[in-house]
Amino acid sequence: MSDLRPRGLPARLPVLWPAAMLLLFFVVPFGIMLAVSFSHQVEGGFYEPGFELANYARFLDPFFGRALLFSFWISVLAAAIVIAVAFPFTYCLTRLRRRAQVPFLVFVLAVLSLSEVIIGFAWSTLLSRTAGLSNLLVWIGLIPRAQAWTPSFGALLMGLCYLGFPYTVLILYPALSRLDPEIPEASRTLGASPLRTFFLVIVPVLRAPLLGALIMVFVFNLGAYLLPQVLGRPQHWTLSVHITDQAVFQSNLPFAAAMAIFLVLFSLAFIGLTMVLGGQREAAR
Amino acid sequence: MSGLRIDHVGKTFGMFEALKDIDLDFPAGRFICLLGPSGCGKTTLLRAIAGLEMPSTGRILLDGTDITSVPAHRRGLGMVFQSLALFPHLSVGENIAYGLRIRGVDLATRRRKVEELLALVHLPGVADRSISQLSGGQRQRVAIARALALDPKLFLLDEPLSALDAKLREAMQVELKLLQQRLGISTIVVTHDQREALTMADIVVVMDNARVQQVGPPLEIYRNPVNAFVADFIGTSNLLPGAVDGQDSLSIDGIRMAGARPHGLAQGSKAAISIRPEEVVIHPAGELGPNRLPAEVIFVRDLGASVEIMLACAGQELLAVTSPRERSDVQVGDRVALELPPAACVVLPS
Repeated sequence: MSDLRPRGLPARLPVLWPAAMLLLFFVVPFGIMLAVSFSHQVEGGFYEPGFELANYARFLDPFFGRALLFSFWISVLAAAIVIAVAFPFTYCLTRLRRRAQVPFLVFVLAVLSLSEVIIGFAWSTLLSRTAGLSNLLVWIGLIPRAQAWTPSFGALLMGLCYLGFPYTVLILYPALSRLDPEIPEASRTLGASPLRTFFLVIVPVLRAPLLGALIMVFVFNLGAYLLPQVLGRPQHWTLSVHITDQAVFQSNLPFAAAMAIFLVLFSLAFIGLTMVLGGQREAAR
Repeated sequence: MSGLRIDHVGKTFGMFEALKDIDLDFPAGRFICLLGPSGCGKTTLLRAIAGLEMPSTGRILLDGTDITSVPAHRRGLGMVFQSLALFPHLSVGENIAYGLRIRGVDLATRRRKVEELLALVHLPGVADRSISQLSGGQRQRVAIARALALDPKLFLLDEPLSALDAKLREAMQVELKLLQQRLGISTIVVTHDQREALTMADIVVVMDNARVQQVGPPLEIYRNPVNAFVADFIGTSNLLPGAVDGQDSLSIDGIRMAGARPHGLAQGSKAAISIRPEEVVIHPAGELGPNRLPAEVIFVRDLGASVEIMLACAGQELLAVTSPRERSDVQVGDRVALELPPAACVVLPS
């Protein structure tokens, strides 16, 4: 057996390029952030190099613990709602003829082209008391007087779902398009109603892309920075907002860095757990 | 009344007519092949029977009951799909037991039934394997076992063997036929392969252009095609155009050729003689006799088991097949006389 692996610089180039990118734009900044998170914050000034765990110890403060838990809770909830809405939507979409799919895809892409700022302020207007949808309900006669629905937890959830929906559709679309239409049909001929076919065959067959979409929307939500401030109350601020608040307005970079690192580790743990659970079910079959 | 009745069924997709006035009657327990080129409507017809397409017009009756508007999951028919459509997330056993699980059959009965079915398709002991561990032929058998698990009244197969290689396909054709005979189950197979149809079917339905062209036992269709399409599609056929010249004869290049049966066509109208390659007899040029045409040898292909001789005759290319033992000693370029025995000549309108 001879070693046929390519040698020399040209052969290694395909690895070097992404490795260099990763090093330059991820490993180095992350290292700096890590170093900063252990630095000493000078009261009323800038930080100075050092090694102390004081910044991490502040997590024991229930205020930030609650912010972290809230960030996770709303990110998971919004991701679950988006998947529950977008998966049937995409499934029905892929069952249409190619030509009929185009307007829907254009619509989804159009939503994608809106910035978070526009979406945030549009929803805050739509849910407001003066110009919002509640006036429509008053006009129909369902409620006696106009109400302000924002800022609130529901408004924030709504905004996050709206933002995540087009991404989810675009992630699920290729996998669902490739699904052999005869697979659900086989389930039908074997006596399963369309609804049972959906849950017994379509969902489990597409478990991997579903899991992928769930993780992506979750991470996406976790990074939401603008929407919690536009559509939520201060108690609805996610960790991302607190990080910005500490870094920009309180000038406490070490604590902001510690929170950011904590957020990264927490999300990685969550993603790992999801993948392990998903993989285990596969192995059990 | 037992069996399947397709009562003047039509199906349109937008502007496209996939089925035109299909009217068929199949007695129970037969092996039926829907045969035709792609796009002829055969798969649409099978899907309409399975309940996966709703006919635009007409009715479908099973054992005298109208099932036209019964949804697919309440028809209780077994179907094998062209892609096989095995569930990739389930094991072999779970695939086969899927229908039983839907019906709420208990686990022990399901296990027993799975083993029975796997034995039936000659694939014992693979119940716990995953689908991806099976070969193409084994998947085929699993799909058949799954479709038979609910003891269906009708067993439908859509081009079931098209994904297999030629050798395995031939073996599976025989096996499928033997399985059907053993179970006595009414079976409908869609295929575009005429050899497949001739091997397996009790009744062949030849379809083209959304219409049924001919229905009958395979040999009957082979020997007595009703039109040029059927003659050409079933096996290889030679078509020699000419003009009608009498009740059962045709004039080709001024030579009167007798056919097998009266054709009822008007004197002088255009028609063609259809003759199978194996019926053509080659004589040396100048040897006289009835029903002969002059021809020239273009090409000789010796395949070992048979010899194919291509000839130019009456402005057409014509194929003759003989066995090596009966092979007449002809060379490319030889002038010969072709005998077309009247019993083998079918006169068709053209």
